[in-house]
Amino acid sequence: MKKSYAIEVDCANCANKMEQAAKNTAGVKDATVNFMALKMHVEFEEGADVAAVMKAVQKACKKVEDDCEIYL
Amino acid sequence: MNKKQKKVLARIVLSTLLLAAVWAAFRFGLLPERRLPALGLYLIPYLVIGYDILKKAAKGILRGQPFDENFLMAVATVGAMALGEYLEGAAVMLFYQIGELFQSYAVDKSRRSIGALMDIRPDYANVADESGALTQVDPNEVTPGTVIWVQPGEKIPIDGVVAEGESTLDTAALTGESLPRDVSAGDEVVSGCVNLTGLLKIRTTRAFGESTASKILDLVENAGARKSRQENFISRFACWYTPVVCYSALALALLPPLVRLALGVGADWGVWVYRALTFLVISCPCALVISIPLSFFAGIGGASRAGILIKGSNYMEALARVKTVAFDKTGTMTQGVFEVSGVHHNTVEERRLLELAALAESYSKHPISLSLQKAWGGALDQSRVSELQEYPGRGLVATVDGLRVAVGNDKLMEEQGILWQPCHGVGTLVHVALDGDYAGHILICDRLKPGASVALAELRRAGVERLVMLTGDAPAAARQAAQALGVEEFYAALLPGDKLDKVEELLNEKNGCAKLAFVGDGINDAPVLSRADVGIAMGALGSDAAIEAADVVLMDDSPEKVPKAIRIARKCIRIVYENIVFAIGVKLLCLLLGALGIANMWAAIFADVGVMVLAVLNAIRALNVKNV
Repeated sequence: MKKSYAIEVDCANCANKMEQAAKNTAGVKDATVNFMALKMHVEFEEGADVAAVMKAVQKACKKVEDDCEIYL
Repeated sequence: MNKKQKKVLARIVLSTLLLAAVWAAFRFGLLPERRLPALGLYLIPYLVIGYDILKKAAKGILRGQPFDENFLMAVATVGAMALGEYLEGAAVMLFYQIGELFQSYAVDKSRRSIGALMDIRPDYANVADESGALTQVDPNEVTPGTVIWVQPGEKIPIDGVVAEGESTLDTAALTGESLPRDVSAGDEVVSGCVNLTGLLKIRTTRAFGESTASKILDLVENAGARKSRQENFISRFACWYTPVVCYSALALALLPPLVRLALGVGADWGVWVYRALTFLVISCPCALVISIPLSFFAGIGGASRAGILIKGSNYMEALARVKTVAFDKTGTMTQGVFEVSGVHHNTVEERRLLELAALAESYSKHPISLSLQKAWGGALDQSRVSELQEYPGRGLVATVDGLRVAVGNDKLMEEQGILWQPCHGVGTLVHVALDGDYAGHILICDRLKPGASVALAELRRAGVERLVMLTGDAPAAARQAAQALGVEEFYAALLPGDKLDKVEELLNEKNGCAKLAFVGDGINDAPVLSRADVGIAMGALGSDAAIEAADVVLMDDSPEKVPKAIRIARKCIRIVYENIVFAIGVKLLCLLLGALGIANMWAAIFADVGVMVLAVLNAIRALNVKNV
């Protein structure tokens, strides 16, 4: 399953870091962050609990860049 | 500017004034040049401009992920302060913040201008109640089948059919062409068009989310999900560039002094540490990291302004490297509006033959069927037709008034074991057989689109080496069209499956990095569109299958958009490479000069911020596609 979320982040490099953090979260098959459109596209693994995974993604992103926001 | 940016601007101004005052005070001897008070005074503007960077750097270290630009700037400036270069320390931080502000402003601005280009999202729909009073409702809440009112000057919010009224529509926001279109009752209209002259009452046929405007916006907004090689290269590059420069800086600070110590000359710690700090200032990959996605974003935005939707940066890249273009004939290079130009070798009366053929084809929406129905002109009572059997790419057989009517091309006749007569005319030949006996054929002609041959000539000029026409039509019709278009290579009488095989063949024949594009009108060529390196669907307004399957969607059906799309992609990719070469080149040069002690920290910060500013300005150029 794929979903996209609006995000807020200031710099392009931070967006790359968020992308990496999201990719490495359990339950996420693939993730891309589009800095220009301020969107995060997440592809979840089969049977993943989307809400729980996104909470984890949010936490992981905050860890690499605390000035970021993902609107769930 | 938003609130955050205004705050930074205020800090920049304040810090600049303070720094100038402190510098002037020392320069003109108003204050004695003593170390401690000087440090204290220079710290004021430094902290005003840099406190947030220092805070972020500290947080990064605490998290165990120190390698970011905040850390680098913090170390470089604190280091400069420690070496007694107070002015440089404060100024580097100041320039860094100016660069960041410019970058965030430029990105915001281009986000907004691209958003404005794509301003086709309707905010409301007018629904009338029993008394005729209009209320504005959220278009999401309008169910298909509702009648909505669209007044002159308003955008059509939802796809539908005109129920009442006559007007002219401006389709520029969708197609990039400001060619007004007249509509009246019964016409299909798509959302995103602006109603210009009269009141329209529209019966919606889709939900808002399924409507053209919503779909296009989705497509543009999600375009960035597919990244190009260049973007991936930059993210990987950024990952190792910063650490490598940091470790080189460390090496530069430690090794030369140690070697000098060993050689017995003075260590010169200050000089080498200063050079290492210069390295750190240059180590931020900002210019690249921001300008490459920005170039693609601007390119995709500019293209959509011209009515060309590119579904991702990877397709932008592929499009720029297209060397082979295969294209469909009917509906792509020709108007797809067929006209019956003659009935020959008929054994029954001409009108009767047309009537039977039109009835047999009455369930079909194929352009050829429509032309038969149009040529007959009379009412078609579909209850006279039964036992319909379709043969894709060949034709169909049906029972009409008790007669077995076979309508189709040469292949159908051969399959049915019917001897057919060739035609001396050129066009698409539709044979008709009644109860297994040949009853004559109907010749149908199609006209080339205006601009089709110009578009193909432009493709050649744009560097496309091979043009191939693929068509399901008979060889004679195909040859005539190919000659008129100036194309030598064509393959005729292809069934939909054959087109796919042909495209496979062409894909195998081209060399490594060249790309193949297939241009079709989206009707039955969805598999080919998805198989080609770049599938370009034409005239996609309202055709969902084409929008799904294609990688590049042309909003109207003019063939000139194909070379234009390729030229836009070339320009965008050229800008991307310019930025990569320029940014990496200047940085490497500065690193070298910094290591040799020729470039100081001033040069480094100008290299960093200046390159970023220039790269961003260059990237924004991709937005302008008017004269491409």
